[in-house]
Amino acid sequence: MIEAEQLTRRYGRLTAVDDLSFRAEPGQVVGLLGPNGAGKTTVMRMISGFIAATSGTARICGHDVRREPLAAKRLLGYLPEGAPSYGELTVHEFLYFVAKVRGLQHGDMHRQVDAAVSQLDLGEVIDAPIDTLSKGFRRRVGLARAILHEPPVLMLDEPTDGLDPNQKRDVRALIDAMARKRTILISTHLLEEVHALCNRVLILARGKLLADATPAELEERSRYHGAVSFSAPGAGVARAMLERMQGVVAVEVDPLDGRVTVVPQPGADIFGEVQELLATQGLKVTEIQLERGRLEEVFRSMTSSATGLPA
Amino acid sequence: MSAVFAIMRRELRSYFVTPLAYVFLVIFLLLANGLTFYVGDFYERGLADLQPFFEFHPWLYLIFAPALTMRLWAEERKSGTLELLFTLPVTLTQAMLGKFLGAWVFVALALALTFPLWLTVNYLGNPDNGVILAGYLGSLLMAGNFIAIGCCITAITRNQVVAFILTVAVCLALVMAGLPSLHDLLAGLLFGELASAVSDLSILHHFSAISRGVLDLRDVLYFMLSTIAWLTAGVVILKLKRED
Repeated sequence: MIEAEQLTRRYGRLTAVDDLSFRAEPGQVVGLLGPNGAGKTTVMRMISGFIAATSGTARICGHDVRREPLAAKRLLGYLPEGAPSYGELTVHEFLYFVAKVRGLQHGDMHRQVDAAVSQLDLGEVIDAPIDTLSKGFRRRVGLARAILHEPPVLMLDEPTDGLDPNQKRDVRALIDAMARKRTILISTHLLEEVHALCNRVLILARGKLLADATPAELEERSRYHGAVSFSAPGAGVARAMLERMQGVVAVEVDPLDGRVTVVPQPGADIFGEVQELLATQGLKVTEIQLERGRLEEVFRSMTSSATGLPA
Repeated sequence: MSAVFAIMRRELRSYFVTPLAYVFLVIFLLLANGLTFYVGDFYERGLADLQPFFEFHPWLYLIFAPALTMRLWAEERKSGTLELLFTLPVTLTQAMLGKFLGAWVFVALALALTFPLWLTVNYLGNPDNGVILAGYLGSLLMAGNFIAIGCCITAITRNQVVAFILTVAVCLALVMAGLPSLHDLLAGLLFGELASAVSDLSILHHFSAISRGVLDLRDVLYFMLSTIAWLTAGVVILKLKRED
């Protein structure tokens, strides 16, 4: 469990994180989403105990990071931004160094290092100095290091940054597999990652918490929630009719591929009617879809105003 | 304690991962021996002891200790591994101690490798090996003092060059404070007592007796307390830097 209580961090006159409170429970994968410079990394650094909060506090499984830092750090697996590691060490040396600093028992140490190596598929580079590895491997070494002691709380700062699509999928599968019993907080600016991984999203902009919701709830806030989009040759003729339809706010046509999106009034169900109209017009619809909403649009409208919740 | 040793071992490993450590050892040994024979008049003195060898140690450490310690914290700050280390369950004191011991063990190794000189002097004459042992112990204690100063100063900055220069400056001041000429100069300007107090704080002052083979408890205490004080100051700096 992670608890943040009115966390605030100021750098001189700049407030990087402003009065942030939330609570993440086991089984949750919480995505900390925000544009660059929103304060995601600062939040994680305060929760990990790396920097001190100007005011407020954070607890890991009930242990205050300031008053019981060692107890809190034992329960936390943390991947800092950029996955730093001691580049001159080999993967093997690095993982054993961390295991020893963590004071893992001798028998457990071998088992846990082996488990982390196989989970992150590091067997082939185990004796290579970390400096000689590719960015993807280095990130995996960082992840292996973070999960080494099988912590109940994981905090990963941009875990898939710099990975290729296959590696991203592997890391997401790994996080997914670990999620059941653990509390996981990941920071990201990738919306696809939120879709793929998180069952809860915190949107942060300029240090303020703008939203705390599930991805589905956020999608409902989108003007595209319940919109119907379709591709059909010669759809231009239907445009005027669609625009006149009950419950339709706008009809947008993608200038590139001619795909038509019919935007409904909030709460209106227009899917059936649109289908009917297309059928009566005799259009050959190659593909039609009921949209759940666009996270990207919600994210943009929230974080660009950044003063509060948009209407 | 296992965390301290793990950090110490990693520091030692980092020294030897590049050829730099070996170059460093060779230069240290060449200088230590060269100074003894060419500047210290080892043969001409006609005495079977190692005083001309130990005499130059403060000046040797003045350059070598800062070179060893400059990277200890500055590099961690620059490469971002500081965040890694400080989010592991170790206290600042444990981390500082681990790094200090890493550098100190390296110096101990360099010092141990000067053993041919000890063999030579035993071959040439009949030295008092107790005195020589006292000299080695004192030299090691003094090295710890220099390294503790470096450990403290490297915690201030992320720039290794800045750490090196600042450490040399501080060490130089602490060595120079014990030069008799400075003492006389200060005695002329200030009260004699104050001038003596300045030279009492000097590393050179406390080592000169040791290099002659007199391991006085007060000198030993000076080096130990000074080492602890500098390391503590370093921990305080790390703590303060985390707050702002």
